[in-house]
Amino acid sequence: MRRIQMTVDGRAHVAEVEPRLLLLHHLRENLGIGGVHTGCNTTSCGACTVHIDGESVKSCTVLAVQADGHEVTTVRGIMENGLWHPMQQAFHEAHGLQCGYCTPGMIMASISLLKENPDATEQEIREGLEGNLCRCTGYENIVKAVQLVQQHTNGQPA
Amino acid sequence: MIPIAFDYEVAESVDHAIELLKENGDEAKLLAGGHSLLPIMKLRLATPTVLIDLGRIDDLNYVRDEGDHLAIGAMTRHCDMERDATLQEQCGLISYTASLVGDPQVRHRGTIGGSVSHGDAASDLPSALLALEANFVIKGSGGERTVAAGDFFEDYLQTTLAPDEVLTEIQVPKLNGAGWSYKKFNRRAQDWAVVGVAAVVERSNGSIGSARIGLTNMGSTPLRATAAESALSGADPSSVAEATSSADEGTSPSSDIAASSEYRRHLARVLSRRAVEEALSR
Ligand SMILES: Cc1cc2nc3c(=O)[nH]c(=O)nc-3n(C[C@H](O)[C@H](O)[C@H](O)COP(=O)(O)OP(=O)(O)OC[C@H]3O[C@@H](n4cnc5c(N)ncnc54)[C@H](O)[C@@H]3O)c2cc1C
Ligand code: FES
Ligand code: FES
Repeated sequence: MRRIQMTVDGRAHVAEVEPRLLLLHHLRENLGIGGVHTGCNTTSCGACTVHIDGESVKSCTVLAVQADGHEVTTVRGIMENGLWHPMQQAFHEAHGLQCGYCTPGMIMASISLLKENPDATEQEIREGLEGNLCRCTGYENIVKAVQLVQQHTNGQPA
Repeated sequence: MIPIAFDYEVAESVDHAIELLKENGDEAKLLAGGHSLLPIMKLRLATPTVLIDLGRIDDLNYVRDEGDHLAIGAMTRHCDMERDATLQEQCGLISYTASLVGDPQVRHRGTIGGSVSHGDAASDLPSALLALEANFVIKGSGGERTVAAGDFFEDYLQTTLAPDEVLTEIQVPKLNGAGWSYKKFNRRAQDWAVVGVAAVVERSNGSIGSARIGLTNMGSTPLRATAAESALSGADPSSVAEATSSADEGTSPSSDIAASSEYRRHLARVLSRRAVEEALSR
């Protein structure tokens, strides 16, 4: 067992974990964050995407011990002052989800994408989300949701 | 989908990592980004009993201008290389190839050192590094040695790295005026290359001076297309198609669900032509 300490969604957490424990399982099972979804468990689908120090990662392919000392953000931690994060609002408005299974990962990947490339073109948005699979929407409305956030940020009416 | 139990050690420095490797023998493995190692550990295709994490060694993540070449620290991530202005300007082949690896989440974790050390012929950076005639700096209990990319890859997932050695730095030449290209052929976004071709082409008085071509996924290791390289040397740019028709000579690509061996040979020839043509236009 190894003692780790990380900030998750703004709160410090200390835990004793087995080195083989995946960050995904630590977040879901030890911290009860059901919003971090398990999809493929093989680094393909992106449903498990969270941020480490503000960058998107697939938590099924990170050991909890690797996140020791780092700042982890999940979809649970992105609301601001009790309001949805602009990306959540945009997925809602643009119908960027149907069953919702991919959505937490899509939202976390999209936030990371716009942070790195605020003016991403449609093509760049599609490429930037290539690590996230959606079996429902056909991606169109997901891309529109990300563009909606860009428009809001640039102060243009949607 | 859960690895077997293992002990976890944090390396404080390269020397400390070497010490830990020596202490733990064959059972130990270095952990860089974990994006090759953890997936195979989850499938229990790899069962190391000790992982030595290089992730806390800060001074292995860098790109430095060393005059005649650029030095890249082994723990530099794909996303760091993708964005690095020095690499973009002086060795665009590396920043561009890094940008094609996996997806953004993979590039936020995976490192150049892990890509090289894993020795997977399907990886993109190793064939680019072959075409660049890069050098690898390796440190072990016996001291430091520098190995040419061409001497590093030995067989399927096998490299010249000894069990107690750490790859610390990758040295790539500045491209100056040379043209470059990487052509990755895959069936879906995010996928590994069915075949990939890296080209570095030097021009001389309207002809091709020299061309170096690295092949991804055309055998058990990344390979050079030596026959095509000889045919291109001194050739007129109008003869690229003919010269690259031997790009699959000396390769032994496998057949799998993505492509037959014959189709891979075809791809190697076509992509080599496209890569050299693009390199000439840059
Ligand atoms: C979904 C997915 C898609 C991918 N797609 C691609 C792709 O399209 N193209 C591509 O090229 N790669 C791809 N990869 C692999 C990715 O690039 C990996 O990050 C990379 O191959 C390994 O780097 P790492 O830092 O994660 O290494 P790790 O997984 O940590 O280590 C890999 C191996 O190298 C050893 N090692 C690591 N660092 C050192 C060192 N400094 N010295 C000595 N030994 C060391 C480890 O012990 C281990 O055996 C993909 C991976 C995933 C999960
Ligand atoms: S569950 Fe992690 S990528 Fe699918
Ligand atoms: S909304 Fe169902 S998988 Fe994306």
